[in-house]
Amino acid sequence: MDLLTIGQIINTTLVFATALIFASLGGIFSEKSGVTNLGLEGFMVFGAFAAGIGAHYAQEAGMDGTTSAWMGVLLAIVLGVVVSLIHAVASITFKADQIISGIVINFLAAGSTLYLVKLLFEGSGDSPLVQGFSKFNVPLLQDIPLLGEALFKNVYPTTYLAIAFVFVTYYIMYKTPFGLRLRSVGEHPSAADTVGVKVLRYRYVGVMISGALAAIGGAAITLTTTGTFSHNTVSGQGFIAIAAMIFGKWNPIGAFIAALFFGFSQAIRNYVQLFDWSQSIPQEIIFMLPYLLTIIVLVVAVGRSSAPSALGEAYDPGKR
Amino acid sequence: MNNVLKWFTRDSFILPVVAIIMGLILGGIVMLIGGYNPVEAYGALFKKVFGDMYNFGEAVREMTPLIMTGLAFAFASRAGLFNIGGEGQFLVGMTAATFVGVKFTGLPIFIHAPLALIAGAVFGGLWAAIAGYLKAKRGVNEVISSIMLNWIGLYLANLIVRQFLLQPGENRSQNIGESASISIAWLSELMGNSRVHMGTIIAIVLAVLFYIYMWKTKQGYEIRAVGYNPNAAEYAGMHVNRNIVKAMFISGMLAGLGGAFQVLGVFQYQTVMSGSPGTGFDGIAVALIGLNHPFGVLLGALLFGTLTYGSAGMSFAADVPPEIIRIVIGSIIFFIAAQGIVRWVLKPFYSKRKKEKVL
Repeated sequence: MDLLTIGQIINTTLVFATALIFASLGGIFSEKSGVTNLGLEGFMVFGAFAAGIGAHYAQEAGMDGTTSAWMGVLLAIVLGVVVSLIHAVASITFKADQIISGIVINFLAAGSTLYLVKLLFEGSGDSPLVQGFSKFNVPLLQDIPLLGEALFKNVYPTTYLAIAFVFVTYYIMYKTPFGLRLRSVGEHPSAADTVGVKVLRYRYVGVMISGALAAIGGAAITLTTTGTFSHNTVSGQGFIAIAAMIFGKWNPIGAFIAALFFGFSQAIRNYVQLFDWSQSIPQEIIFMLPYLLTIIVLVVAVGRSSAPSALGEAYDPGKR
Repeated sequence: MNNVLKWFTRDSFILPVVAIIMGLILGGIVMLIGGYNPVEAYGALFKKVFGDMYNFGEAVREMTPLIMTGLAFAFASRAGLFNIGGEGQFLVGMTAATFVGVKFTGLPIFIHAPLALIAGAVFGGLWAAIAGYLKAKRGVNEVISSIMLNWIGLYLANLIVRQFLLQPGENRSQNIGESASISIAWLSELMGNSRVHMGTIIAIVLAVLFYIYMWKTKQGYEIRAVGYNPNAAEYAGMHVNRNIVKAMFISGMLAGLGGAFQVLGVFQYQTVMSGSPGTGFDGIAVALIGLNHPFGVLLGALLFGTLTYGSAGMSFAADVPPEIIRIVIGSIIFFIAAQGIVRWVLKPFYSKRKKEKVL
């Protein structure tokens, strides 16, 4: 195998990892504030849908490909935030079971996006094909051997944005007062309440950021790899993002590495026929490897979870 | 008689019923916004399910695996476990049943079919027990491990079908031996040649057994105690870890049987799947609607199956996209989970009733 192939595999890894990075960062915002978010899949579906129709109508209105794609992202953020309020109201205000509320989001996403697509496009199950983001090359840097091929040639802007968000999330979470308060309501809400942190308000914000980021993740899929929204655009990526979050121990950098790992395992499928040794292995074994490895790593390395201690519990100020 | 009346006024009855009504109304509103007539749509839905014997039989067939994955989720929930892995257990059970159905030919029917069912149950159970064991021994969150096991189960099922059971030239397994089939020929004929099968009866019996086991036996009591408060159960001398593995095993058996029913009763073969069938996830919804009670699960599956199967008629007769039903089901679960909202809606009625009592 030559350098060129290795570079291309890294490049494809990043493309597949992009959506997972966004969604798992979203999961971190919600769960650090103490609200379990099993609805990431649903938020991604809503985002992928919004991006598809947003970009479509922006293009109809005469915008060029890149601008319309950004309009799609914008609409995804708006819809992600709006839908996240359902999860927030149910699980924070009405103290519903947070896992159930997340599952409800997934149900609503699967139903309502397809319903709307059929309504808007005369019964078709797919949204019209949009141009989306185009790949670009970074001048000069693209000529570096290996690294150029891997990181600076044929790249999407969303990938760079995702990586930037990893560090932004890390900074917000661990270096700002906002991050400290957000984490405190997830670890010890009554203590945070005592020192004047508005627990419910911080949780609302955490869930809303979560919805927005996961929706951007879904949008990234529509606007880069598929170009259209249909029922299988997201197909389980939200659950993998949850895995990436837990795998990365609720830390943005950890989740980033885990997302790269899952992205790599998806990328490798495209290249697996290049290796001689892989010919005799059934493809199913290669497909199941990342999930198998996740379990093994959870057993060996992670052990007892490092989840926020108040995760999944509704906050009741009367119960101290 | 008084007992019956009391049961009908209980919260565990009123809240789900009101949640269902609110879900249907919300779905109706969404239809109105989309420019459809909800009365016509719901009418077409129920006409599809109850219109003729064939469709009714097929609707029952549709409900059966939902009962099983619903019972599976409810059983684990009683032990405080969130078994999101019904999907994988369903597939592994299905594959085990297919394997026995295809390979163990030459057996008499009263051995072959039960053997295939048992294989489906045991392997489904073992698949779930992996997640239970990891939770008990290593503290690995069962939600995450069972999500991973869902994917592994999907590929494992495809691997086994493709390597050992493939029908040459097709993307599916060979047909199971006739002696492994659990179809009921006379009932099927009676019901317009719909694919009704033995599994439905087994599912209902298992719901009753679930109830007896969970509320009338010591073992069931232990599982519930662990679910309520593992620390207190431990202190009372119960083996928490053993109960976790046991509850997951039984839960997986139920889901695995659901998968076995699909092959042995409905399709007679197993396809190579590009994605999960979704029955395990739908089972979660069924159990939530049924408040994790076995008889509630039966009703939940009835509701879920009716709505899903009938939605095809809705799109045919009234041109309404059938996906609307997922919005209805989603909102029903939402209102059941967020009981505060339902109580808030019911508040005027509740306070009225209290006043009457005072008078």
